Amino acid sequence: MLEVQNATKRFGGLVAVNRASLKAEAGSITGLIGPNGAGKTTLFTLISGFEKPSEGRVLFEGQDISRDEPHVRARRGIARTFQIVQPFAGLSVLENIAVGAHLRHAKRSDALARAERVGQRVGLGPELDKPASSLTVAGRKRLELARALATEPKLLLLDEVLAGLNPSEIRDIIPVIRTIRDEGVTILMIEHVMQAVMNLCEQVYVLAQGRIIAEGPPADVCDDPKVIEAYLGAGAAERLKRENVHA
Amino acid sequence: MTFRDIAPIVVLIALLAFVPAFITANTVLNFLVFTLIIALAAQGWNILGGFGGQFSFGHAAFFGTGAYAAALLQVSLGINPWIAFAIGTVAGAAVGWVIGYLSFRSGLRGSYFALVTLAFAEVLRILANAATFTGGAAGVLIKLDVRPGNFQFESRGTFFWIALALVGSVLLLTRWIERSRFGAQLVAVRENEAAAKALGVDTLRVKLGAITVSGAVTAAAGGLYAQYFLYVDANIAYGTWISVEAILAPIVGGLGTVFGPLVGAVALHGLSEITKLAAGSVPGIDLMVFGGLLVAAVAFAPAGILGLLRRSARSRGAARHA
Repeated sequence: MLEVQNATKRFGGLVAVNRASLKAEAGSITGLIGPNGAGKTTLFTLISGFEKPSEGRVLFEGQDISRDEPHVRARRGIARTFQIVQPFAGLSVLENIAVGAHLRHAKRSDALARAERVGQRVGLGPELDKPASSLTVAGRKRLELARALATEPKLLLLDEVLAGLNPSEIRDIIPVIRTIRDEGVTILMIEHVMQAVMNLCEQVYVLAQGRIIAEGPPADVCDDPKVIEAYLGAGAAERLKRENVHA
Repeated sequence: MTFRDIAPIVVLIALLAFVPAFITANTVLNFLVFTLIIALAAQGWNILGGFGGQFSFGHAAFFGTGAYAAALLQVSLGINPWIAFAIGTVAGAAVGWVIGYLSFRSGLRGSYFALVTLAFAEVLRILANAATFTGGAAGVLIKLDVRPGNFQFESRGTFFWIALALVGSVLLLTRWIERSRFGAQLVAVRENEAAAKALGVDTLRVKLGAITVSGAVTAAAGGLYAQYFLYVDANIAYGTWISVEAILAPIVGGLGTVFGPLVGAVALHGLSEITKLAAGSVPGIDLMVFGGLLVAAVAFAPAGILGLLRRSARSRGAARHA
């Protein structure tokens, strides 16, 4: 479904993403993890089109989309959420979602009906008529998800939709994400909440300092010494192993 | 659009259409026609600025284009004034598209966009003042020839109806925008451009559409102005005064609302006209009232007069529930 080939993004002298490659198979949930500042969100902006790669390619359903504008990619079926939530603050929750629904529905009434269904599904039912600015953090994260879903995407890019939520809110939203996948939407998610990554993802990529340093099923990746060192510093893997042996 | 969307507009316009039956004083009709022309120019601004969030400080560029086109086409080329008026409106749309293409394509937003539009209007004013085919600083005088086929009428009441019909049509147009996909996308651009893009909105196309329609509407106001006063010069047509008028009416009335520009234009000009009548001996008092109202609107009614009314209706409703 999605393939990133050797993507590099430079901002002046800074190499934010360095020859990163990844694949998201149709119908799967793929995770992208890594320490802060690793370049995860930059890689997302390359996939969603807000930035263009300095080198390398982004393929979607076999076609090179590296130079397409974000709205063209949305039409092809790529939707993203924003890590820093970006609601249309002056509009109601329903109107927010309807902007997404309008991508596939020209008529206002169709778009509103579609928006209402999507809103119900992500658990925003009681909030639909409230102004978006009145939502809590958890509500805004759900709104991001609802708007993206309303565009009826084939590939959904989730940028830390669980960050800032408390454990019970996370428990509520994980099944929602799983049903979205079960209905045929491929998901690529950046996530720091490991509970969710272990729970949801089939395949995980680890990005550190702009490079993909590991990939595989979540359990394997977490044991990878390179990954542990990327998070905890050089020598950490060695020390952890020693301590485990002693214990 | 449903019947409920259109009904208030139709009722309001129908009621206002009776005004010339009761008021025949030329000074009052003069004032009313002038206010409607301002309202029309402001309605144009509101489509781009109110709904789209792109604050233009140079709507004079469209107003002036409409006015000059209407005047010059009939004076220099002998084209029928009705057709000249229509061409002027289309010319305003074209100027809107060009200014929009140049500024939006290079990503100008906020104060930068405002400054560029101001510059365009000023350049046009200076050019119109210097060129010979525009009559230079002397302006263009449209020959008096009172015939309906010539867009000139015996009674000011007829002009009032024409201005009212145009304002009414734009009310309907604005309502349609409000209820359409184009309008939803335009408002999304105003609220958050990045989020709109992510949801598949072609933001450049939406903004270009808005500035084109906006330019056409304000140009129609300019054409009407030329036809009513039968005179145009650079400082009237492309002057900063009309850019400012077009911004103030929606701000006072209610930004991004259907009725805002009309309510704002009537409130601002009505109040300053009444003070002029009441305290005619003090020069400039009407301008002080004008300014005072603007300060009050910005300080106490940031959503305009309509926002204030809606808020008080809601709090009364809440009180009844309690």
